[in-house]
Amino acid sequence: MNTLNAQTMTQLSYLVAAALFILGLKRMSSPVTAVSGVRWAGAGMVLATLVTLAFMTPTLNMALVVAAILTGGAIAWVSGKRVAMTDMPQMIALYNGMGGGAAAAIAAIALYRGNEHSFAHLTLAIIGGFIGAVSFSGSLIAFAKLQGLITKSVRFSGQKAMNLAILVIVLILGCTVICGVKSELPLVSLFFAFSLILGVAMTLPIGGADMPVVISLYNALTGLAVSFEGFVLDNAAMIIAGMVVGAAGTLLTQLMAKAMNRSLGNVLFANFGESSGASTGTMAGSQKPIEASDAGVMMAFSQKVIVVPGYGLAVAQGQHKVWELCQLLIEHGVLVKFAIHPVAGRMPGHMNVLLAEAGVPYDLISDLDEINAEFDTADVALIIGANDVVNPDARTNKASPIFGMPILSADKAKNVIVIKRGQGQGFSGIDNALFGLDQTRMLYGDAQAAVGQLIQAVKAAG
Amino acid sequence: MIDGVIALYIFMLAAFTGYEVISRVPVILHTPLMSGSNFVHGIVLVGAMVALGAADTPLLRVIGFIGVILAAGNAVGGYVVTERMLKMFVSAGKNAAGKKQGH
Repeated sequence: MNTLNAQTMTQLSYLVAAALFILGLKRMSSPVTAVSGVRWAGAGMVLATLVTLAFMTPTLNMALVVAAILTGGAIAWVSGKRVAMTDMPQMIALYNGMGGGAAAAIAAIALYRGNEHSFAHLTLAIIGGFIGAVSFSGSLIAFAKLQGLITKSVRFSGQKAMNLAILVIVLILGCTVICGVKSELPLVSLFFAFSLILGVAMTLPIGGADMPVVISLYNALTGLAVSFEGFVLDNAAMIIAGMVVGAAGTLLTQLMAKAMNRSLGNVLFANFGESSGASTGTMAGSQKPIEASDAGVMMAFSQKVIVVPGYGLAVAQGQHKVWELCQLLIEHGVLVKFAIHPVAGRMPGHMNVLLAEAGVPYDLISDLDEINAEFDTADVALIIGANDVVNPDARTNKASPIFGMPILSADKAKNVIVIKRGQGQGFSGIDNALFGLDQTRMLYGDAQAAVGQLIQAVKAAG
Repeated sequence: MIDGVIALYIFMLAAFTGYEVISRVPVILHTPLMSGSNFVHGIVLVGAMVALGAADTPLLRVIGFIGVILAAGNAVGGYVVTERMLKMFVSAGKNAAGKKQGH
């Protein structure tokens, strides 16, 4: 009777937790309720953890559980509080990889113990373990790449064939374990070893620019792995939460790939990331420079200015200066808006986070679909550290590698001011047709310094 | 014990739920949302706790211990960074009010 009660209590708390996760995710879909959303989900997590702990038999294992939670939690708490907003993508990758690793550990324990598993349990334990292990090692590589620990994309001929071979080996090992060769320690160990190797081998050749899509994919995969291991453990909260994340993450991955004008297959297997050497842009006209003082006056006496920030701005830590400039312009009666391309930061929405950090209210920020019609009425489009996302070649030049990518129509504005470090090409090495247009003026210099000069110019303009 | 077919139903319904919940999210929230969903699969923590609780050999204890550390990292880290990001999103009205209080 007592154990039955404990069972029921645990299951009920898991049910509540699952409901809180779904409601929390839903609340995260609007900026107004988003903070409460993550807190609801957090409450669900605390509830599920505490109830699980409360009904554990107090043994050595329970002490180990508490010690492990405190260790892992403390490390993650400190690192999560310290990480800079620009480094957020790789931190998410790291935490995600840890989740995948935990799912793989659950699978490993179930498989090593090897007792009384049904066919369905064994199969899902294997699949979940495989996905979790790939997500674990793959996410660690993604983290290392974005953190700058690995700077080269390792590529060699026959790489795809090698990855395929590893996958086949994993499949054979997995099937052997499922088909009744129970608790064969070396076999299960080999299975996990090759799964981990596959995650590394798959991720190493992918370029840094494509990494956000990969991180999002691994996030979805970890969700799936958690869901499958939830089935193995008869844990409804894990099944539901894992599958919700699996589906949501898959959709998010597709949205990101679409925003970058790439298919997922392309990202994973084509190695475009940083290898497009050909510069096939159309540079009609020459780049015409402008002084900061002139540009400042131009903006101060405009009706409407649209700012297009890119990752270059974040690298220069110029967000705060830009917001200062915009506040000055707003005081002058100028209508200021921010136009954000989906891939402006290192992942969709990253630039919004960086602007929010500088204090820019989210209702001044518009995404591509909302803002594109408004460039016609803008007096000035101020481009800071963005390049490919405003290149009109994407609309018109079929020979361009970025042809077909949705872009911000900055070329429709009456005047375009581009803040740029020098005359070189952009991130992808493609010439930008926008820079050569008649209404475009180039303001050369470091983003932070150039915006500082603009602030002085606007102040001087009265 | 969750029956195989019932489990399939749960898998299916949860997948639809996840898809529906996310499909209405504006682009500006994509990064925090990915981070938020990353936090939600931190529920793997309870599974790792149960797995370590049932471990009966030193090897399984080691694996389970690592599993719980990783899972706790996923849950705690995911929560901290998501909350940090979402806290920064303020509307123009709220922003002005916040500044007044600050001074």
